[in-house]
Amino acid sequence: MSALGVTVAGVAAVVEQAAVEQAAVEQAETNPVLNISIFLAFVAVTLVIVIRAGRNNRTAADYYTGGRSFTGPQNGFAIAGDYLSAASFLGIVGAIAVNGYDGFLYSIGFLVAWLVALLLVAELMRNTGKFTMADVLSFRLAQRPVRVAAATTTLAVCFFYLLAQMAGAGGLVSLLLGINDKLGQSIVVTVVGGLMIMYVLIGGMKGTTWVQIVKAFLLIIGAGAMTVWVLVINGFNLSTLLDSAVANAAVTPAESILAPGLQYGGNPLDFISLAIALVLGTAGLPHVLMRFYTVPSAKEARRSVVWAIFLIGAFYLFTLVLGFGAAALVGADTILASPGGVNSAAPLLSLALGGPLLLGFISAIAFATILAVVAGLTITAATSFAHDIYASVIKKGKGNPDGEVKIARRTVVVIGILAIAGGIGVQGQNIAFLVALAFAVAASANLPTILYSLFWRGFTTRGALWSMYGGLGSAILLIVFSPVFSGTPTSMFGEGVDFALYPLNNPGIVSIPLGFFLGWLGSVTSTRREDPKLAAEMAVRSLTGFGAEKASEH
Amino acid sequence: MKESLKDTRPEGSIDYVAFETTDRFVNLQRRRRRFVVPLAVFFLVWYFAFVLVAAYLPDVMAIKVAGSVNLGLVLGLGQFVTTFAITIGYVSFSNRVLDPLGAELRAELEQKAAA
Repeated sequence: MSALGVTVAGVAAVVEQAAVEQAAVEQAETNPVLNISIFLAFVAVTLVIVIRAGRNNRTAADYYTGGRSFTGPQNGFAIAGDYLSAASFLGIVGAIAVNGYDGFLYSIGFLVAWLVALLLVAELMRNTGKFTMADVLSFRLAQRPVRVAAATTTLAVCFFYLLAQMAGAGGLVSLLLGINDKLGQSIVVTVVGGLMIMYVLIGGMKGTTWVQIVKAFLLIIGAGAMTVWVLVINGFNLSTLLDSAVANAAVTPAESILAPGLQYGGNPLDFISLAIALVLGTAGLPHVLMRFYTVPSAKEARRSVVWAIFLIGAFYLFTLVLGFGAAALVGADTILASPGGVNSAAPLLSLALGGPLLLGFISAIAFATILAVVAGLTITAATSFAHDIYASVIKKGKGNPDGEVKIARRTVVVIGILAIAGGIGVQGQNIAFLVALAFAVAASANLPTILYSLFWRGFTTRGALWSMYGGLGSAILLIVFSPVFSGTPTSMFGEGVDFALYPLNNPGIVSIPLGFFLGWLGSVTSTRREDPKLAAEMAVRSLTGFGAEKASEH
Repeated sequence: MKESLKDTRPEGSIDYVAFETTDRFVNLQRRRRRFVVPLAVFFLVWYFAFVLVAAYLPDVMAIKVAGSVNLGLVLGLGQFVTTFAITIGYVSFSNRVLDPLGAELRAELEQKAAA
């Protein structure tokens, strides 16, 4: 009987708490000054860091790779900062809070993907390349066509990813600062873009890396503190937490949030396609690959991936607790009814736990997250354009490195303006597919060529070109002919137009095998003989690190 | 340190084709592959098995294990555990076995390049 009494009291307390939260939510939305102040403090601190870091950016290696001066742990934090975008923080917590287990599935794919990078890619890439992914892919093949292809896929992935982040910034603003009109959101997108251009222009890779380190640190500390808080409330018992999440679930039967199926149940094939793209896409993301060049050796590249795996893994474990915690303490109905919808789960949970101050802190981190990820993408795209297209193709390798850095800086400004314009243009559009597309392109256009060039001696220039252009083209084409663009109420062109010939939202299940197949087919039908000396050199150097590190001291 | 674009190709004329067939290099290559390939196959199979069960057999995932903690959650957390374990295992193998072999060969190459 006493157990029942406790439960009733508990439910009453939860109801009362919900009423208090409701009042607090409204108050916080009308009083965004605190959120903005904390965010400005972050901007001020990181600007100082960026300016200090930018002082000795002289050579191309300084600008593109921070002089290869970062340690493994530092770079691990920076990788986590690059990887844990606002989508993975707000998106996954929200998805778990509303759809339960299916949100958790997302984070598993994002984490396991790092094993591909650790075991197969990171060290070998570090040993054979200098600045970009194209360095490695063109090592033993025909330089110019392969470089152009690799730069094209790099720019495509960066652009899709960038657009998604910028559009996310607008949505975040309406949620956290209470700015709902289009003009206000456009101004904020412009401010974010302007800040990003400044960071990258002044700080180069070193400044960008430090922004990511600071941001990753704050994000993980913030999420960790909230996780401990939620666990304390639930007596450090996962089962208790799950029970209270079920008690507050918005679906029937409430228990279904604990098992898969709520989000992807209708189309398991779509989920499998997404799972393939997630696990194989990470090791092909150019802004992740570029981070391997900011450390002095392959051993440090390995250490950075190890740090990244543990930081990212811990973070996703936090999101599991935070997601169910938000379901339990805020309630799925309240989350869905708030202005930001699913994405507001984490901010609302922080408000419920620590009041407006914690909300301000978490909101500022979410902003910082967008800023840091956007900066990382921009410097990657600019480096690829300046190094692969300008220096190697236009100047045919005869330009001087100083001129190259000048081009890189100009490219930063151009990409920044494109990102701002694009970010304003796609406001309010359904852009979730952009991140999925970025991962699918990375997995179908980049990963096959990376793996083939590292592990298959028979791989040829034709194979590389077919695989990269074929993977890129098929991924984009499938998205255009998918329900994302037409045929359903949530499509870009609405329900009225229907040219959705491809039934899934994610192209990965077709385009990734196609990318691998084309790489093989192009190679076996190739008439050009690749240089066996270069292949041997690549094999020796990728495993020994000869030529990629400062001479060892004797 | 001044680093130019040129140093992608280290100085010196080393016969990589011959070096590639030396016993010690073949040994390094073989030991790395023997460790990495089975691990990669294992984690991919385990991940996709998990995904297939989640996609097509959600009722299996819903089986309760302890309190409200169900099989889906246990297997999902299992993915985290294996990821961490593979990471630790690979790092320890690299530090113990691969790094010394690689460093030895690198020193040899540097000597050849200087000669």
